[in-house]
Amino acid sequence: MIPFDYSRATDARTAVATVMARPDAAFLAGGTNLVDHMKLGLASPELLVDVTRLPLDRIEELPDGGMRIGATVRNSDLAAHPLLRRRYPVLSQALLAGASGQLRNAATTAGNLLQRTRCGYFQDVTTPCNKREPGSGCAAVGGWNRHHAVLGASEHCLAVHPSDMAVAMSALDAVVIAMGAEGERRIPVREFHRLPGDTPERDTVLEHGELITAVELPPSPPGARSAYRKVRDRASFAFALISVAAVLETDGDRVRDARIAFGGVAHKPWRATRAEEALRGAAATEDAFRQAADAELGAAQLLPDNAFKVPMTRNTLAAVLRELATEERR
Amino acid sequence: MIVLDGSHSGVPHRRSPACRSCREPARGRLPAKVWLLQPGWYPSEVDSHLTLRVDGEEWSLTVDTRTTLLDALRDRLSITSPKKGCDHGQCGSCTVLIDGRRRLSCLTFAVAHDEAEITTAEGLATGESELHPVQQAFLDHDGFQCGYCTPGQICSAVGMLAEAEAGHPSVVTPTGNGSGESGRPAVLDDDEIRERMSGNLCRCGAYVNIVTAIRAVARR
Ligand SMILES: Cc1cc2nc3c(=O)[nH]c(=O)nc-3n(C[C@H](O)[C@H](O)[C@H](O)COP(=O)(O)OP(=O)(O)OC[C@H]3O[C@@H](n4cnc5c(N)ncnc54)[C@H](O)[C@@H]3O)c2cc1C
Ligand code: SF4
Ligand code: FES
Ligand code: FES
Repeated sequence: MIPFDYSRATDARTAVATVMARPDAAFLAGGTNLVDHMKLGLASPELLVDVTRLPLDRIEELPDGGMRIGATVRNSDLAAHPLLRRRYPVLSQALLAGASGQLRNAATTAGNLLQRTRCGYFQDVTTPCNKREPGSGCAAVGGWNRHHAVLGASEHCLAVHPSDMAVAMSALDAVVIAMGAEGERRIPVREFHRLPGDTPERDTVLEHGELITAVELPPSPPGARSAYRKVRDRASFAFALISVAAVLETDGDRVRDARIAFGGVAHKPWRATRAEEALRGAAATEDAFRQAADAELGAAQLLPDNAFKVPMTRNTLAAVLRELATEERR
Repeated sequence: MIVLDGSHSGVPHRRSPACRSCREPARGRLPAKVWLLQPGWYPSEVDSHLTLRVDGEEWSLTVDTRTTLLDALRDRLSITSPKKGCDHGQCGSCTVLIDGRRRLSCLTFAVAHDEAEITTAEGLATGESELHPVQQAFLDHDGFQCGYCTPGQICSAVGMLAEAEAGHPSVVTPTGNGSGESGRPAVLDDDEIRERMSGNLCRCGAYVNIVTAIRAVARR
């Protein structure tokens, strides 16, 4: 690890100005991803600006019934928040399905959104990787690709985004608030993470030095029910093979609206708009759920080791929707 | 009187091998200095002074900013109960309580914890004979074999029990059962204990008795 300076930010504007002025500077939050990357040689900032003592640690109810989550709120505190659990169970469940108790006590809202892929080649500096070293190639092409993408990948990168929280936020149409030199801008979570294309080194649309200050959740429609389900190699403390976040509204036994996002299948949380379209107005039946899944997964491009992700995602979506459709209204 | 905290805080004592600061001068009291960010000004030294309160003792030390909290505790303060298993957040053997909450000391830099209150497994006991209930339960129920993961397991269990008491849910807590929503303590059955302790791996596979030990404390 190269030597670096450490400083503690006390106001957001100065933190932004400092990091913007230095290409070698980085924000430090819980450190659970960045410190790991510094040890592995994937990141080598020369100045760390610690944002954890900025006053961005509040969870607030918005006047319209939505919620505003500060950037430095710890994942465990957010998951346990009574109002969040009542209004957005999908988000609480997604947070609790991620990492471990110790990690969730450190991990922050912003850090979670910005965590980088767990692609084994990305984390191993001895192998080619376009994300780590643009132009060096992609070792996952023709390599070990069981965990890699089935949707939206490019020949330059097959990686998937590892966050559980971000998948739920995508289904909830959450908005990221980012502070730059010219003030704040609002970025829908759905547009926050990128597909790899020919620039896989960029995970998100955030610019260097832009500070995430909060994430806002729009109000939950009356009667909407939501859930998150994650499938993994062991029962706990493992990244997703695939996951499903769903928000369902029904009228009797018809689907009024559904918002669905998949995790573990793409370079970003995958909003399943085709499946949503297929479900709107359809009967809330197992057949309709499976057809909706197929509408989305028809575009899947399979790799030698990851074909299992398609039936796994289809079955999981159907199971989650079945559960939501039959759940008693609370 | 022998002062063991090394703070030299006004209590005169002779140079003594029992005193940590006498054994290692770097542990003496130094003025703590924390870099606060000012417009247009950057710190330019990689050494940082900080104060850590560990297991009730206060330490002032100067560390290279690259030092993780785990390395600061083990290599600088000779507090070796937090163990280095993986050094990448994957095993939980470095678990300590920071300001009362369980955290991994390997994935955080010491400089980020100036003035923090840190409790390691060593600091949970109130004396040689007064073990913490979780420590006693691990002994009573044979919750370990080689013991390497044990200090991390114990710190994690102490933090986890406090979380459950505060009504924090886990992913296996049935939604809508009310537990936690009104601040009520979560009910810890074996599934809950296993899920909440999943960040602590045990290479010996002592899991069955670890669950038994924690269940015994949770039921009290
Ligand atoms: C063993 C292990 C298992 C895990 N399992 C899971 C899992 O199953 N599911 C899951 O979702 N996650 C998992 N994680 C990842 C974990 O959730 C992330 O590491 C964590 O959320 C990152 O948050 P942080 O606050 O620690 O970020 P940091 O590591 O501090 O920062 C991450 C990135 O965000 C940037 N950053 C931080 N704050 C801001 C801000 N306010 N504005 C702009 N940039 C900022 C940093 O510069 C850095 O680039 C796991 C991690 C480990 C180590
Ligand atoms: S899949 Fe992406 S992250 Fe993995 S080796 Fe290829 S370019 Fe790198
Ligand atoms: S040493 Fe910290 S989690 Fe393994
Ligand atoms: S008792 Fe040996 S690793 Fe857990």
